[in-house]
Amino acid sequence: MSAPRRRWSRNTIETRALRVLRPVGIAFFLLITVFPFFYMTVLSMRDISQVLQAPGSLVGSLSELSADAYTRVLKPASEGGEGFTRFLLNSAFLAGATVVVTLAVSILGAYAVARLEFFGRRTVSVMFLSVYLFPPVLLAIPLFVALTRLGLRGQLPVLILVYASQTVPVCIYMLRNYFETVPRSLEEAAEVDGCTRLGVIRRITLPLAMPAIAATGLLVFMVAWNEFLFALLFLVDDRSHWTVSLGVSQLKNVETPATTLMAGSVILTVPVIVFFLFAERVMTEGLTRGAEKG
Amino acid sequence: MASSALPSRRRRSRRAGLSRARRDARAGFALVSPTFIVVLTIVVLPVVWALILSFKHVELLNLRHVNLVAGPYTLRNYDLLFGSSEFLRVLRTTVAYSVFSTLGAIVLGLMAALLVRRPFRGRGIVRGLMLLPWVAPVVALTFVWQVLLSPQLGFVNAIGTDVFGWDAPVPFLSQEHGTITLFGASIGVPTALVSVIAFDAWRSFPFAFLFILARLQAMSPELEEAARVDGAAPTQVFRYIVLPQLWDVIALIAVLRFIFTFNDFDEVYLLTGGGAGTQVLATQVYSFLSARHDIGGGAAVAMFMAAALCVLLIVYVRFFAGREQRA
Repeated sequence: MSAPRRRWSRNTIETRALRVLRPVGIAFFLLITVFPFFYMTVLSMRDISQVLQAPGSLVGSLSELSADAYTRVLKPASEGGEGFTRFLLNSAFLAGATVVVTLAVSILGAYAVARLEFFGRRTVSVMFLSVYLFPPVLLAIPLFVALTRLGLRGQLPVLILVYASQTVPVCIYMLRNYFETVPRSLEEAAEVDGCTRLGVIRRITLPLAMPAIAATGLLVFMVAWNEFLFALLFLVDDRSHWTVSLGVSQLKNVETPATTLMAGSVILTVPVIVFFLFAERVMTEGLTRGAEKG
Repeated sequence: MASSALPSRRRRSRRAGLSRARRDARAGFALVSPTFIVVLTIVVLPVVWALILSFKHVELLNLRHVNLVAGPYTLRNYDLLFGSSEFLRVLRTTVAYSVFSTLGAIVLGLMAALLVRRPFRGRGIVRGLMLLPWVAPVVALTFVWQVLLSPQLGFVNAIGTDVFGWDAPVPFLSQEHGTITLFGASIGVPTALVSVIAFDAWRSFPFAFLFILARLQAMSPELEEAARVDGAAPTQVFRYIVLPQLWDVIALIAVLRFIFTFNDFDEVYLLTGGGAGTQVLATQVYSFLSARHDIGGGAAVAMFMAAALCVLLIVYVRFFAGREQRA
């Protein structure tokens, strides 16, 4: 211990204050991040008239909790539900197909940028970056016009290409980082043994980078699953093509009770969070790799 | 075996040596071409076309008949845009929204990163939970906050009136101007805009958190330890040792977040629909399209956004891309 006269130095005061403030701060951040999700889940299981009577009581009575809202939200509209089963299938199809297309395109691109010396390699990186930073709403207008003229607006496959164009740049950025960690000597050895370029990618690079590719794929899935603007512009006319995001956003303006739509929001959120838990570590490391170097 | 394999390898590589660079270049082009095609058809061509459309009088009604590429060209869209008082207001709102939510996200992210920097039990879980607002679907998040902030059934207003003694529920997302009375002084507040900014700062702070935390963990602890041994207080260590090392990453986050919020459509549209003084450029583009059916006008707003972003991108590339390559 230091001398008694220094007991209340700035150092000790601050150190002690921090010892208290740190847990308080962590608790505060946990509260603001977790509470809305907790509220969403609880509200989805409550009765709307009870909520209106006492909005300040968080949980209500335990007997009030039920899963009715979930059956209501999932049932097709013809049976008095909101038809979210259909929306779920649309979202899953869109997101799944986007993952396949995006990965196919960006694995090749990322490999080229990581490994091959070719003219304009640096330009390619900068170009991809600028695509990622362009306002999506700028693309929305010409795409809207073109697809309307071609009569293709409202078709799900078109949206897959749009989503792919939005996710390929960041995928290439992430995958390039991983490919660079695959030892070059391994690839050269395979080449000496007679592998073609594509053979090297398929037999050596891909298996070694598989965890990273899986994580990148999950990221693409999440982006496509969460996407709202293009879904709104292209799919809104035909309810049978709505995604889950579109369903929640469109029905909240109608007389659907908030509790029913909360069930829809939970259904929308759960897959993303599950995927995120699987891929968190690899995904976040891939994104922040540049930042660590400072 | 090794002795026989080695000469053959050397011979082969010498034979291929001349064409190796050329083969690499060719393969590089081939492998990048799918990306090029996707980016060209879905991004570059549409951007060029948007530029053309912004100089034409195109509305949703005549969309099927009008020639969408050739003349006549007109400056009408830009004239109307820059001549309207609405444009200046929307631009101001957009800048305020971008600046303050970027600032908010960075301050929150920095605080969160400093809090979970040192190991403690359950740190991994805490870190994962803090990323939730950033990964969850924006539609679900905006909807939850709409309900939380609602004057009728919202939890926040219920607590505010019951516990904190507010006179009346605050219509957080539909009130353009409110007043806060603090120590007897009334301050005017753009309620809805502040709510939207707070939401965006909340939703995007994990992004800042993630990058700052990564940088903090890559920092060597020796300097800080030495300062602590010499009796520096925690705030002094932060001010003179930690923060100077963070400026680079904070600047990077600031530029990226500013660009993203400048482009934001989802948050504002879903929370307020662009009403109550929260109309930003991106939602204005949409309202040109959906409410006024004016495609040319929408394209002009979008082109203005792109031009503003180009300036920012140049700044970004100048200051950061070069630095990244050096590292």
